[in-house]
This record gives sequence, structure tokens and C-alpha cells, in this order.
Amino acid sequence: MAADSCSWFPALAVGVSLLKCFFISAYRSTDFEVHRNWLAITHSLPVSRWYYENTSEWTLDYPPLFAWFELGLSQVARRFDANMLQVENLNYASPATVLFQRLSVIVTDVVFIYAARECCRCVREPKGSRDVLSRPSFVLAVLLLWNFGLLVVDHIHFQYNGFLFGFLLLSVAKHLQSQHLQGALLFAFLLNLKHIYLYVAPAYGVYLLRSYCFAQDNKDGSVRWSSFSPLRLLALGAIVTSVCALSFGPFIAMGQLPQVLSRLFPFKRGLCHAYWAPNIWALYNVLDKSLAVLGVRLKLLEEAELPPASMTGGLVQEFEHSVLPSVTPAVTLVCTLLSILPAVASIWLRPHGAQGFLRCLLLCALGCFMFGWHVHEKAILIAILPLSILAVESREDAGIFLILTTTGHYSLFPLLFTPAELPIKVVLMLMFTIFSFTALRKLHSAQGSLLHPLEVIYLLGLVAVAIACEVVFPLSPWQQRLPFLPLLVTSVYCAMGVCYAFLRLYASLLLRREEKPKQL
Amino acid sequence: MQTWSLVSICVLLAIIARWGVSLNSYSGAGKPPMFGDYEAQRHWQEVTYNLPIQEWYFNTTNNDLNYWGLDYPPLTAYHSWICAYIAKTINPEWVELHKSRGYESTQHKLFMRMTVLVADLLIYIPAVVLYCLYLTDGSSKKKVSIMFCFLLYPGLILIDYGHFQYNGVSLGFALWGILALGLGWDVLGSMAFSLALNYKQMELYHALPFFCYLLGKCIKTGLIGRGLFLLVRIGVTVLATFALCWLPFLAEPSQAMQVVRRIFPVARGLFEDKVANTWCSLNTLIKIKSILSGDSHFTLCFLFSVPQCHFKVNSSLAFFLFSFQVHEKSILLAALPACLLLNDLPLMALWFLQASTFSMLPLFLKDGLLVPYIVTSLGFLFFSIYLLSALDHCSEDKLRLGAYNKLFYWLPKMDLFYISIAAMVGLSIATAVLIPPPHLPDLFPVLVSTTAFLHFLGTFIHFNVVQFSEPPSRKSQKKSN
Repeated sequence: MAADSCSWFPALAVGVSLLKCFFISAYRSTDFEVHRNWLAITHSLPVSRWYYENTSEWTLDYPPLFAWFELGLSQVARRFDANMLQVENLNYASPATVLFQRLSVIVTDVVFIYAARECCRCVREPKGSRDVLSRPSFVLAVLLLWNFGLLVVDHIHFQYNGFLFGFLLLSVAKHLQSQHLQGALLFAFLLNLKHIYLYVAPAYGVYLLRSYCFAQDNKDGSVRWSSFSPLRLLALGAIVTSVCALSFGPFIAMGQLPQVLSRLFPFKRGLCHAYWAPNIWALYNVLDKSLAVLGVRLKLLEEAELPPASMTGGLVQEFEHSVLPSVTPAVTLVCTLLSILPAVASIWLRPHGAQGFLRCLLLCALGCFMFGWHVHEKAILIAILPLSILAVESREDAGIFLILTTTGHYSLFPLLFTPAELPIKVVLMLMFTIFSFTALRKLHSAQGSLLHPLEVIYLLGLVAVAIACEVVFPLSPWQQRLPFLPLLVTSVYCAMGVCYAFLRLYASLLLRREEKPKQL
Repeated sequence: MQTWSLVSICVLLAIIARWGVSLNSYSGAGKPPMFGDYEAQRHWQEVTYNLPIQEWYFNTTNNDLNYWGLDYPPLTAYHSWICAYIAKTINPEWVELHKSRGYESTQHKLFMRMTVLVADLLIYIPAVVLYCLYLTDGSSKKKVSIMFCFLLYPGLILIDYGHFQYNGVSLGFALWGILALGLGWDVLGSMAFSLALNYKQMELYHALPFFCYLLGKCIKTGLIGRGLFLLVRIGVTVLATFALCWLPFLAEPSQAMQVVRRIFPVARGLFEDKVANTWCSLNTLIKIKSILSGDSHFTLCFLFSVPQCHFKVNSSLAFFLFSFQVHEKSILLAALPACLLLNDLPLMALWFLQASTFSMLPLFLKDGLLVPYIVTSLGFLFFSIYLLSALDHCSEDKLRLGAYNKLFYWLPKMDLFYISIAAMVGLSIATAVLIPPPHLPDLFPVLVSTTAFLHFLGTFIHFNVVQFSEPPSRKSQKKSN
């Protein structure tokens, strides 16, 4: 084969970019209109109106830096079709508009491609010349660049996650390369682009404080208080403050900060998104509903006392649980903090360098996903992508990765509900799954099998669920009476896999053997 | 990584490419009263399902032959019938007699695209996979690379999944035939090729090489004894296959004759539209159509095409270049054997395949398939060059010019390649973006077809040189190609 040592990465990048072009005419979700609206708002209106504008229901709810990004895009959009930049043109989707928006996602993915390259550089290559396809860096490149979740969410459903994850992965790569200030800068940018990455901010905060501001550790790994470097803390503070100033500055100057924050954190929405993310609350809801139904059957409850079945209606609103105690945003916050506390404490008390930081980042992302308020199922990608880096280096992580990725990716299926996209999502999922299983198995073949038989059975059960939900259910009589059933089954089944992966990751962090803490 | 996983991933990628193209428009979309090939296929489903078999090829009150009358052999008609049967169970409106004319909806499009994909999965793709794994030399990675590039050939994807046709079925059957012959299963091979012929009569382009090879093999094994036995077996198989396909039409001679008249419409002119063959190109210089009469057109074509007996590419290219009433889509018949040459002559094969896709550009533009055309062409070019290191294969012995080396050593081959790609890119952009001057409305289609013709002629000469400069021992192996 022609592939020499360096050319396989550009080939993978070119290949996936061309693949993305095939989806230009595919189904687009309302997120397409959301971003068109934001292009229009940032282009046509003065800055003072950006966070007040509500002609469209899709108001600006990302931090200001993303708004500046949309402004930049709108300058190019002008040359494709100026009509898309009119705020009144709701749901405007001319062919030129579609082409521009799709191409903008494909082109901005170059950030992600660059970040993937940097991550591949951080991976340890085993000695001895190996066939390109068996190298850890090659496997990681494919797992990142050809990730099913990103392809489906970004290039069909429509979002800019590739661009954003580029910043996250680049920041992680910089930390792995011990360039902490650059990593902090990139993360500051990321937070100001999309605030969902607050999920992993605790990991960054504690890690940088512990392992960067305290320049040295004691021999037993505990904190050496005397090595505290105020200069380093100051540098970090300056970076974060200046980026936030760049982003929020104009709005603070105009006194619009409360309005911006209310747009960014809309807690009026319900506990669960319209499609339930496969987290603890999905299981909680199902338990509540089952107990309610059981209670009515056993005559312990009056049916009239129960609130109407708004949870299963697929609508986004506040509601109450019937049997179990209701869950408020405060409760979810407490649960989330409790869930990430051990991980964060672990990197404070026993830092394992950048690898430990990555593991903590994963656990923060998963913890927030599991217990957070109004979580989108797309947020599982925040855990899946960094886990890829660990998966190519450790056998145990590879096993957890396979479970988390397969269930996480499958939970994205309900996002593409149109018949024309069914072959695409099935084929892409098959491709990614076949590759991840065979490549990771080959990579870690010397150390035994990756998955326990029970885990394999669980994953095979996923196939059965898929067939039931995509093929059997639409043709069955329950389609009319219980239209929400396949989504429920998907969420609950995947939630079990995600919970399991969460617990195993925790176990691997807390039970990890003591390593010599690294010097910075 | 194991071969099976690499093969599955490549096949899945090929399916994504196909389905991705099928999300776009089709021929004649939203263009009454005639629409296009998509409506033709739908109409055939309507006709075959609702009318008795005796009326399929005849002009009756229920069957207006001027509106996309059936003009392929019976196997296409049976395929349409099967599709219609399934269509009827999903939504009878799709095939209702007369009322379903011009029926267009997203579900119907999904159904039609599915039928193409299913046919490909059953016939074409397995043939390609097996051919590349068993009849190609090299490491398993090389075989998978060839298979991947073969499956990525843009022309077939764009025509079948964009414009809308079922070339995958006939080409697939032909490929099964080649595969069988390559493995030594001559009877099965001839049956497969007969099926291909009974699906689309254009497979006659490939008939001569098949015939010559099988005849040659029979003669070699000895005309008395085993050779004769083989000949008889092949003959019986072919006749039986034809008889089976034409069975309903053999009851009356008039039936069979009508079918023949429909599938060989010699009443039409020398060429239609702008096609990259000799007559069309010559027509720009001398108005051939006006000089010669209809009958002499036909004889002229026949005289030019007969000498090419052996090499499949040469044969099909010869037919394309010099034949009668050629559609630009017929270049696919030459493209299939060219795909088979990706292993031996990667540069020339990929050059020709790219030119063949380019030659159909005006058709793609008419169908609104510009973006898929760009994406598939870029993908094909990039991966063929990268995976097959095609650009390294331009030295004289790699091009296998042999004794004719001295004639062509002065030709700057790599420069020619880059210039030609640049020309194709330039013309593609010009055709898509620029408006032709009012007194030359067909300027760009004519430029495209003339450029493509020059490429085809060049390829034709090159492949002929390669064939005739080969040492005899290789020649007998090559005859199976």
C-alpha cells in the first residue's frame, strides 16, 4: 500500500471531509434554523439587541464569543445568499443557504482535525515498526475523525460540535504535552463559546491549581504548600479574565449581563429534554411511572390524584413526579457535585499528572451528564471523545470505551427519525462499531479480551432493541397508543450502559495503583 | 486488521456514498409532461403489474409506447414487475394504471432508491468483492484497496443512484460472468452473461470477447472430445437461459419480433444528444448525419466495430466510439472492464474512469447532481491515487508499452495527465457556472464530449498497444479479461 509514515492522516481527513459532503442534502433539524437565525441576528442587528431579540423562538443562548463567531460566518454568508441574513426570514432554507451552512460546519471542522492530529502526537507508540493500521495513533485518528456521534450530530442534525470539540481536545493535548498556559487559554475560549463545557471546568480548576500552581510535590505525593507559585496563579487568572472580558466585556459595559445570563441558563425547562438523555433521571422517571401504574393497579393510589402523563408526552415543561419525590434544579446540582467530588478530590490528593486530569475530566463530564438538569443526549460526546485517547493506551479503558461508545452512539439514533436517514445511521454505526471493536481488540490483543461475556450480551441486546424500535414498533398496533415507547426503551436501556461505564471509570480512578507523581 | 473487517468497512463506505448520492435529485424531477428515466422505471412497474404479459411491448389503448414504452429485454420487465408487487403492498397509488403517471413523493423516491440499493447489494457489490478478493493478485491490503476504488467509481454511482437506472444489475451479472470464467466455471459464466444480456441489450458490447474467449477455449481443449462437449454445454446453457427469459413471448412469433423491434430501434438516428463518440465528434467538423442515409450509418458502424475481438475494454470502447445510437451512459459498459484493470494499469484505468465520469457531466447538470459529481470524482481520484500509488506507475515498463516504447517515449505522460485533469476541472467549472454565448447554446456540452472523446481515443490506442505488445504467454491469461 502506498501509505507511508505521515500521509495516512491527511488521507483520513480528506476522506471524512468528502464523506461529510454527502450529507449536504440530508435531513436538517431545527438547529439549522437556529444557526441561520443567529447569523441573521448578529449580522443585521446592533450588538445591544443580540440578547434581547426574540422575533424567532430560537433566541441566542450561547455565550458572546460564539455570537462573534456567527458574525464572522455571516460575512461569508453574504456572498452565498444575502436573504438568509434577514431576521424576518424565518425558516429560510434556499439551496445556497443549505450549502453555505453545511460547508461552514465542514470547513470549521479543520480545528477538530488539527486537534486530533495533536492528540495523536501525544499517544505512545510501541517500539518496532508496525503496520499502519495497527498503530495506536492511527486507531485514535479514526476514532476521533470518523466518530459516528460527531458525523451524525454535526453534519446531519446540524451543529458546530466539531469546531468546539477541537478546542477541548486541543486543550487536553496541550496539557498532555505540559503546555498548561496554552491549555488554559484554549479552555477559556471554549467556555466562552459554549457554556455546556462548564461540566468539565471543575477538573480544569482543581488540576491547574494543584499541579500547576503548586510547582512541586512532596516525596509521598502530598501537597507541598511552600511551593505555591503566585505568579502562575496570576497568569492563569489573567488568561481567564482577559478571555471573559473579550467575550462578555461589551455586554457588561452595556449593563446587559443579567439578561445574557438568563438566556444562557434557562432553568424554566424541564428535568428531561424532549428525548430523554440516557441518564439517572430517565431511570428515575421510569421507576416513578412504573410505581404509579403499579400503585393504581394495586388500588394503593387514586388515578385522579396523579398529574397527567406529561413526562411521556415528549414536551419540554416543568412537571411533578407522581410517587417519588419531585426533582428540582437544586437537587440535581447537589447530586452532580456529589458525583464529581471523589474524582476531583482524587486529583487533589493523589495527582497522576495529565493522565489523571484526563480521567477526572471524563468523570466530571459523565457525572454532569448522569445527574444534570435538562441534559441533551448529545452531551455524551463530551465523555466519548476524550475517552478515545485513553482507550488506545489501556486495555481496561478500551473495554469501558466500547460499552460507553456503543450505547452512547445508539442513544443518538432518535435524533435522526426520518426514513431516508435510516440507512445512513445504521451503516455509519456499523462502520464505526466494526472498526472500534476490531482495531481495539487488535491493539490490546496481547493482554486478553476486552469485554466480559455479560457485557457482550448487553451490547447484543442493543441490537435487539434497535430492531424492535426501528423496524418492529412502527409496524405494530402500539404505534398509535404509545408513540413515546421506543424513545423510552432506548433511553432506559442505554442509561444502564452509561451508568455502568461511569461506575467502572470511577473504580479505575480510585483503585488505580499509586504512581510516582509527575514533576512539572 | 483482519481482511473481513476491512472489506466490510469498505463495502459500508461504498453504500454510504451511494445512499448519499441518492438523497439528491433524479432525472426529470418535477418536469412534466415526460419527466425522465425515473418516471420511465416507475411507468414500467405500472405497465408490467397491471397489464397482461402479451401487452407489455405492444402499443395498445392501455399501453402508450410513446410514453416511455418498454425498450429493454424481458428480464428488466420481470424486475419491474417484482418492484411493482412490493410497491403495491406499500402504496397502490404508486402503480395505479394511468392515474399514477408522473407520481412524485418523498416516500416513493425512498422506495425507488431502495430498489436500486437492494439490487446492487444482491448482484453488483458481491461480484466486485469476490472478483477483487479472488481474481486479483497482490497482498490482501492491495486487494481491498482495489475493491474500494472499484466500488467508488463515480460514473456508475451517479447514474444508478442519481439519474436513476439499474445498470448495477446488468453490469453485475456481466461481472459474475467474468468471475465465473476466471475461476474456470464456463457454464455458469455463460449463464450469468446471458442473464446480463437479457437484462440490457447493451451488454452486446461485451458479447464479442465472451464469445471469442469461450470459442477459443473450446477449440484449445480439442474440437473432438472435451472441447466439443464444453461447447455443447455452453450452447445449451445459453439457449436455455434465453428460452427461460423469453418463454412468455415465444408462444407467438409476433410477440418475440415486437420485443426485438423495441430493443433494437434502428429507426432512430446515428446519435442522440451530445455523446463522446466518433460520429458526434466528427459531426462537429463534417455534418455526417446529413451526408449519409440511415442504413449506411448502420453498416459503417458495424464495419468499424468488428475487428476488436479480444480485449474487453477495447471491444466495448470500440463499440462506444463507433456504434449506432449511443447514449453517453453506455460508457459505463467500457468502464466496467476498465475497473478490472485498476490492478495492472492503475494510472490509465483511473484516467479513463475519471474521463468517463466527466463525459456525462452535462447529464448530471441537467439532473441537478453537480455536488455529488464533484464529491465522488474528488473522492475517486484522491483514493485511487493514494491507495494504488497510481502516479508512480508512469514509467515506460509500468505502462507496458513494450515494443512500441520507441513510438511514445517523447510523450510527456505525467504532464499530460495533469493537463488533462486540469482541463476536466476547468471545463466542469465552466459548464456549471458560465452561460454560453447565444449563438452557440450547446458550446459546453460539445466541448465536454469532444474532450472526453479525445481521452477515450487516447485510451483506446493505448490499450490496443498494450494488448498487442504483450508476450504470448500473458496473452492467453489476458484473454479471460
